[in-house]
Amino acid sequence: MDNKRKYVIPGDVITTGPFRPEQNVILEGEKIISTSIGISEIYDDSVRVIPLTGKYIPKINDLVIGKVISHTSLSWELDINSCYVGFLPAQDVFGRDFSAHADELSSKLKTGDLVAARIANFDRTRDPLVTISDRDLGAIDSGDLIKISPSKVPRLIGKRGSMIQMIEMATNAAVTIGQNGWVVVSCETPEGLLKAKKAIEMINAKAHVANLTDQVKEMLEIKDNES
Amino acid sequence: MGGRDATMVLLDENGIRCDGRKVDETRRIMIRAGGLKNADGSAYIEFGDNKILVGIFGPRDVHPKHMSNTDTGILRVRYHMEPFSVGERKNPAPSRREIEISKVIKEALEPAVMLEKFPRTAVDVFIEVLQADGGTRCAALTAASVALADAGIPMKDMVAAVAAGKVADTIILDVNNEEDQAGQADMPIGYMPSLDKITLLQLDGVLTPEEYKKCVDVGVKGCKVVYELQKKALKDKYFGNGED
Repeated sequence: MDNKRKYVIPGDVITTGPFRPEQNVILEGEKIISTSIGISEIYDDSVRVIPLTGKYIPKINDLVIGKVISHTSLSWELDINSCYVGFLPAQDVFGRDFSAHADELSSKLKTGDLVAARIANFDRTRDPLVTISDRDLGAIDSGDLIKISPSKVPRLIGKRGSMIQMIEMATNAAVTIGQNGWVVVSCETPEGLLKAKKAIEMINAKAHVANLTDQVKEMLEIKDNES
Repeated sequence: MGGRDATMVLLDENGIRCDGRKVDETRRIMIRAGGLKNADGSAYIEFGDNKILVGIFGPRDVHPKHMSNTDTGILRVRYHMEPFSVGERKNPAPSRREIEISKVIKEALEPAVMLEKFPRTAVDVFIEVLQADGGTRCAALTAASVALADAGIPMKDMVAAVAAGKVADTIILDVNNEEDQAGQADMPIGYMPSLDKITLLQLDGVLTPEEYKKCVDVGVKGCKVVYELQKKALKDKYFGNGED
């Protein structure tokens, strides 16, 4: 079977036959139909579509970047660029001995703060539960926030992180990518910061182009020669 | 609305209609996906002299909260005609007709969208008719499907829609305003070509059972034409420069 990648839109019949429908496809009788705009991939026994549009849907263990919207006396609410708000319980930050009257939540995280968090739990019935008690998680105190389409995050990371490593090497910037399409870039030099931002925006705009890695490389190198 | 021409011939002896079309020909159709920056998805359609803009928001939080459904997302549709969309100024307040069309379009889109993936959320569809010339509900439904796909809402298939009708005892495709006013029947059809399912079927007028069957056949054929244009609009936006 040819593993040819194909551009599909909702309603397109990708293939017929005994395949297992995976992400963004449905089985309708014999036909396997795409439900999203994206790129279809046919494997030995399964078919999937990598979407090019759409909102971020939380998945357990995803690293996301959230913005604190508000808090109650027991928890924070984070905007995670999804149709659901992230729920961050106070125990996660203060520990087991958290007490609602003794501890003030705004002393740790204020409205508007950016947070690197992990989706701890999510199902259809509840809002996603996020945690920041892990290495590399927690409030983000410096850097620039860039918003890209969540469906283009895999492209920004590249195969085994190749794309993002290239950008980090070329610009000396530290890039934190949230699966929800929010990216924080921090860099010691303003030039590196600008260059990294430009590269990320370029990937966002041209995610469907095939030899994107080369194009980004070219852009980063041209800039190097100029400066 | 506009003086009706009493001498107008709806169908001449050569089978040419009042606007120069053949009986099984649609008007000029132009669909563009995207265009609105602030909406999650959008589309613009020119269907003959109809000009319609559609914006999609969502999936997003439901307000008021009591409307939300814990099992599935909900679809909300607002069809609205601009005051300047017709010959004489239309009151911008939602009329009985607009409320009906909103409901009809909502129910025509529901079989296509897979909102069960987003429980407790709403998808809002805003349809603005900038210029109307008969068959706006079909054009609006067509554009709304493209906009929903643009917004990345999972869909089993896109809904293509076009009206069929009866004018001068002949079954015709894509009824325009004059034919709608003076004709004998008007049948808007919404159709999902890949699934071969009809999601919208209304009929205003009287048809014999044979004429009815023919009307549906003609309409479904027309929908397939519209469907190709919908696909083209999306492909142009997303895979435009043809690079793989």
